[in-house]
Amino acid sequence: MLQKPHLFLLAALSFGMAMPSLSFADINAGEALAKNGAKGVVAPCLQCHGSHGEGQAALGYPRLAGQNKAYLVKQLQDFKGRRSSPIMQVFAQALNEQQINDVAEYYASLPVGAGGKQAAPTTAPAPSSQGMLLAQQGNWDKGIPACFACHGEKGAGIAPSFPVLAGQHKTYLVKQLTAWRSGERANDPQGLMKAVAQKMSPEEIDTVSTYLESLK
Amino acid sequence: MMLGWIKNLTQTKGFHPTWIILSVLLVFGVAGVMALPALYVTSKAPPPAVVTPKQAVELQVHKRPSFSPPLASAMPSGEFGETVLLGRNIFKNTQIYAKNFVGNGLNCVNCHLDDGRKTDSAPLWGAYVKYPAYREKNHKVNSYEDRLAGCFRFSMNGHAPAYDSKEMVALVAYSFWLAHGAPTGVDLMGSGYPKLEKSSRVPDVGRGAAVFASNCVICHGAEGQGTQVDGKYVFPPLWGKDSYNAGAGMFRVETAASFIQANMPLGKGGTLSQQEAWDVAQFVNSHDRPPDPRSK
Repeated sequence: MLQKPHLFLLAALSFGMAMPSLSFADINAGEALAKNGAKGVVAPCLQCHGSHGEGQAALGYPRLAGQNKAYLVKQLQDFKGRRSSPIMQVFAQALNEQQINDVAEYYASLPVGAGGKQAAPTTAPAPSSQGMLLAQQGNWDKGIPACFACHGEKGAGIAPSFPVLAGQHKTYLVKQLTAWRSGERANDPQGLMKAVAQKMSPEEIDTVSTYLESLK
Repeated sequence: MMLGWIKNLTQTKGFHPTWIILSVLLVFGVAGVMALPALYVTSKAPPPAVVTPKQAVELQVHKRPSFSPPLASAMPSGEFGETVLLGRNIFKNTQIYAKNFVGNGLNCVNCHLDDGRKTDSAPLWGAYVKYPAYREKNHKVNSYEDRLAGCFRFSMNGHAPAYDSKEMVALVAYSFWLAHGAPTGVDLMGSGYPKLEKSSRVPDVGRGAAVFASNCVICHGAEGQGTQVDGKYVFPPLWGKDSYNAGAGMFRVETAASFIQANMPLGKGGTLSQQEAWDVAQFVNSHDRPPDPRSK
């Protein structure tokens, strides 16, 4: 006969095994999902985000390669409701937690520069010193901290909350900063990005995005 | 003559209209006496609606002139410029450029934002023009070098470079350059940290813990341990062995609270209430940290 403590242990064990483990991510499953899609997911990720996770500058689809995993997981979860995107909402709602975990693991594992640089949709202006100053020093006269203060030196990101900015497409960056500024995007922790974006002028958004895109 | 008039009044038969005037005067007189203490109290409450010439002079004396440091891009050239640049490098990356003098994981810029330029974040230009000065902390007149040495000893939990070392000269040069054109001996607008109102409730560690959890953890970690990338702190530790010691200015709850209210969370300075700032400062300073070297 099993003693009570044993029963407890057994129950705890079986419960533990039945729970999908979030710490375990299957990178191969993630890659398969990215390349082939999954049941209920109409199109594979690469259709928009590129075969190396490089995104599409012209359409403003973000580079995913090398992005920090926790950030990718959060965005996919947020697309189920907190972050609006007609396209991504459909896909995110079709993914379960394990799939989100797997596919985030896969994209995070790719090198940041994967897929190489893309020809910018329009003639890209040379990064101005103003954009560089904003990224490195901020503009404290307006209460704007340096991008790198939270997103890491050279925009390399600081996991888990602050995404990689270096090499991200300008089209995407401008769109997001503008969305935070208007309140259309509001899934940033503690409203930190919103507070900063609201202090930025459209010119500052443009110039800093040009600079960040130019980084490797 | 007055007495005669009153005598006449009291002896007049029937009602005389003057009684009305007298009783009204009496009521006003009593009311006036009763209102005096209230008037005395309110006269002490600032600010006066009308400023007397004497007060105007006093206000002018206490008015803090505003000041803007030179643009970061306008670094001077030549030998002096190189020294200023070294000073800025030490200030930004103290762990690299002055590592032999630092005993924790901090950099000067952690408490003096924007490379020591930002107002209300103890900017270097604000401090530079106030020295030499007497300090209660060590009961003597301190040179600016003494003040910087204090930062190394307490906030950086290390020891000061020699006053003629390249590090010290560079930090003084960087401060001097930032203060270019500022009046000396003056409390400039935005120098130091802004003074907070006394907290109406006693600062509380429990309430502070809640403020910390919802505002600070994202960068400073649940255990106040900061965030490291490749073994280097990118967000500073707030307590523990790598933080400021118990002799540092930031260990005073009032100083920490003023810094926090004006500057934290980064990019959202001024959004915490004063009470939240007091509470979270109390919470941060309730944890273990390196001891005050003076008590060793």
